[in-house]
Amino acid sequence: MAKVTHSQKSCTVNPLKMSQPIGSALAFMGLKNCMPLFHGSQGCTSFGLVLFVRHFKEAIPLQTTAMSEVATVLGGLENVEQAIITIANRQKPAIIGISSTGVTETKGDDVDGYLKLIREKHPELDHIKLVYVSTPDFKDAFQDGWAKTVTRMVEQLVEPVPADAARDPAKVNLLPGAHVTPGDLDELRDLIEAFGLEPVILPDLSGSLDGHVPDDFTPTTIGGISLEEIAGMGHSRHTIAVGEQMRPAAEAMEKKTGVPYTLFDRLTGLEANDEFITLLAGLSGRPVPNKIKRQRSQLVDAMLDGHFHFGGKRIAIGAEPDLLWTLSGWFREMGAEVAAAVTTTQSPLLERIATDEVLLGDLEDLEKRAAGCDLLVTHSHGRQAAERLAIPFYRIGIPMFDRLGAAHQTIVGYRGTRDLIFEIGNMFIASGHEPTPETWSLPEETGHVGEKALAAH
Amino acid sequence: MSSLSSKIQDVFNEPGCGKNQGKSEKERKKGCTKQLQPGGAAGGCAFDGAKIALQPITDVAHLVHGPIACEGNSWDNRGSKSSGSNLWRTGFTTDINETDVVFGGEKRLYKSVKEIIEKYDPPAVFVYQTCVPAMIGDDIDAVCKAASKKFGKPVIPVNSPGFVGPKNLGNKLAGEAILDHVIGTEEPEYTTPYDINIIGEYNLSGELWQVKPLLDELGIRILCCISGDAKYHDVACSHRAKAAMMVCSKSMINIARKMEERYGIPFFEGSFYGIEDTSDALREISQLLIERGAPAELMERTEALIAREEARAWAGIEPYKQRLAGKKVLLITGGVKSWSVVAALQEAGLELVGTSVKKSTKEDKERIKELMGEDAHMIDDMSPREMYKMLKEAKADIMLSGGRSQFVALKAKMPWLDINQERHHAYMGYVGMVELVKEIDKALSNPVWEQVRKRAPWEETTWEERADAAIAAEAAALAADPELARAQRRSARICKCKAVDRGTIEDAILEHGLDSVEAVTERTHAGSGCTGCTGTIAGILDSIEDWRPGSINEPAKQAA
Repeated sequence: MAKVTHSQKSCTVNPLKMSQPIGSALAFMGLKNCMPLFHGSQGCTSFGLVLFVRHFKEAIPLQTTAMSEVATVLGGLENVEQAIITIANRQKPAIIGISSTGVTETKGDDVDGYLKLIREKHPELDHIKLVYVSTPDFKDAFQDGWAKTVTRMVEQLVEPVPADAARDPAKVNLLPGAHVTPGDLDELRDLIEAFGLEPVILPDLSGSLDGHVPDDFTPTTIGGISLEEIAGMGHSRHTIAVGEQMRPAAEAMEKKTGVPYTLFDRLTGLEANDEFITLLAGLSGRPVPNKIKRQRSQLVDAMLDGHFHFGGKRIAIGAEPDLLWTLSGWFREMGAEVAAAVTTTQSPLLERIATDEVLLGDLEDLEKRAAGCDLLVTHSHGRQAAERLAIPFYRIGIPMFDRLGAAHQTIVGYRGTRDLIFEIGNMFIASGHEPTPETWSLPEETGHVGEKALAAH
Repeated sequence: MSSLSSKIQDVFNEPGCGKNQGKSEKERKKGCTKQLQPGGAAGGCAFDGAKIALQPITDVAHLVHGPIACEGNSWDNRGSKSSGSNLWRTGFTTDINETDVVFGGEKRLYKSVKEIIEKYDPPAVFVYQTCVPAMIGDDIDAVCKAASKKFGKPVIPVNSPGFVGPKNLGNKLAGEAILDHVIGTEEPEYTTPYDINIIGEYNLSGELWQVKPLLDELGIRILCCISGDAKYHDVACSHRAKAAMMVCSKSMINIARKMEERYGIPFFEGSFYGIEDTSDALREISQLLIERGAPAELMERTEALIAREEARAWAGIEPYKQRLAGKKVLLITGGVKSWSVVAALQEAGLELVGTSVKKSTKEDKERIKELMGEDAHMIDDMSPREMYKMLKEAKADIMLSGGRSQFVALKAKMPWLDINQERHHAYMGYVGMVELVKEIDKALSNPVWEQVRKRAPWEETTWEERADAAIAAEAAALAADPELARAQRRSARICKCKAVDRGTIEDAILEHGLDSVEAVTERTHAGSGCTGCTGTIAGILDSIEDWRPGSINEPAKQAA
């Protein structure tokens, strides 16, 4: 439906996109006792780190191979080796997640080869898992880095299981995309558990970056999914993937373990959740709990009450493909129109979005297209555009650095959808323009003969 | 209270009211207060009516003398818009307590007025009487007089305690208050031959401003709108207008008529709802002004403006025609019921339906009108299933009605548009009509309906399917049992105001050989309230062969 176009500009102004490596690093942060490591220069790490600290308002474990100019030219084997040894000695993680960056990819470092050499040379590090993902900054975007990383995790950390192996009837794998927040994960876990099922979430940010005060200090990630749990994912009865970006990971899981998967391209909206709940009821063989029935009914009511305010509204959205798909579909269902859509990277979903054009571009493009819209929806960097456009601004996505509770923003499930209706509906109500005596003025060219006559009187 | 009761009597005798003139001397004396059915009343009280009528006067302090319920539960509940002061939105009440009830609340009232004047310095304070102080004998007239003298500011008593009657009576009592105490007390800076008053328009959602630019262009000045976006000074000077328009609701007829009587300001009854009505209203205003001495060329300019703006409005509606073609609208309202709204909706390709009307010929319109008069009362107490049944039988795609029925409509998952006073959109004048069509299109095209009507995946049947089954079962039961069908038919409430059911009317017709609506009314009182059901009564009379016991048609009719 939508024409997918690329911005023809040379210069990106006010970027919407964030790089692959930090998407990759965030995925690693959903593992227990993990240390994400950037193979790149210090700056690559520090920018990512600061971005996550501002977004999550938490300590972020992220290390770097600290490539110097000389090291970059000569190749990074020594730096990778040194970094792994140092991390192994200091932070003692169970796993080190290594993501490449633009610098090392430009040089063409063969990190897979390096790791082989390091393994041979350092048998004392055998107890530490090393997962490497190639994530050049100059290609793809944040959600791609996340997706590739989860796929690698499945390929390297899940134990293969024969297709006819015994399955645990209660266990369900959940593979969330990069746009699924810790709050969303909590909601999904609740829904899955309501059917007596046990979700195994990879990666699980809900335990690591959900904004809680940890019991003690750990230099690595806290919470998250453990390596043992990942290894056993092949024994689950089903895999649920959330977001089109997770298809390769879900397919990898099926290929390796025979666990079938169902992919939900979004879990915001009534019908999407009906399908989700139907799947859970089918998997568990249990009736839908009353709690969830009530939540559905509340959502239906919220849709009825809310549609007055959404109908005919023009929305401008800047978000990564899966989040853009989720929001645009949901806005359409509420009667609003997606008048401007800007995204960061390719996805098979883009051309299916119900709007004229989806542009792979920046916030300047979005701002230009958002003129005359009723709402701007993007991450915190859109706030100045919204101000200039004088339209309300709904923050969603990463980074969200100027508001509290980014990790808990929840838009999945019947309940999350209901609250999203209220939150955005209230913005429309609050920004409603009070009529003035001039609101319905007649067009200027009509003359106003009489007014002049009256003035002369 | 004696002055209040004579006031009420005076209002009842309103000769300007067509309905009143149609009544016998005896009926007129009884007044138009339909005694509300205990246990079955949902409307507002006289205080509510008085407050609604006057609170759009934006720069005065509206002080409610009474316990907290009267103001505390109701303040800031209307969308009248102001181009200036918003003092009217500030809730002032004496919030009387037990001690006041025992010892009288007059002192507290006096002090309240004093505080308001000290803190807010409004051009005037309006004091509203409510039931409790009226019962304990607080004389607000005296307090207002004393306060006015002491503080050198108009303090206006509005004597309209809730229990004297319904909202409509309160509107009129409010009119009396400003006729007695406000109108004619100040003089305008200047006058023009083009000065008019608009009476009974409250500027809800800023609707007045959809029309004002038209008048502005013609050089016609709204000297005062009573009371939308009015300032105290405007109301006080309004006796200098050359002509007046009374907006279709009859709520303030007494103001229009008495201003004609006292100040010689001719008025006409008109409406700005709908394209034709707006044009007619503009013509009438110009006509009256010309009769009062404005230059005759005003009419030429008026016609030119009408031609231009009508064209603009039809052009505005045009794009929706195709999208709305064949869509059916069930219009249920006691509010915006001008027939030119119907004309505009039809022009936009919409079809108006009643519960039993297929095509809106002139006769059918009468039937819809009759139906609407009824349903305006009925709809509020409808269960979702009944609502669903009605909408289904009418095969309507969308319902236009007042705000209170919205939740019933929405729970029945039926697109709905608010066209009564609580609405948020302005639908007056030419632009307003285009806006209405646009809103209907927006509501109809919202994909939300398709989703919310879907059954929950775990449900065997939908709510609607169960309702269909129940309706079918009910029809089958009636078909199988003629006695039950008869009882069902006879139990239908025909006159809501006087609580008369169909059986009572049928019996009276048969027993006394009645053959006219008047005779039925005389005998049963049905049709003596709002008179909305007189058409239905006529229908019962006409169809006597269908329901008379022993008639050949009866069993067949019952089965249907």
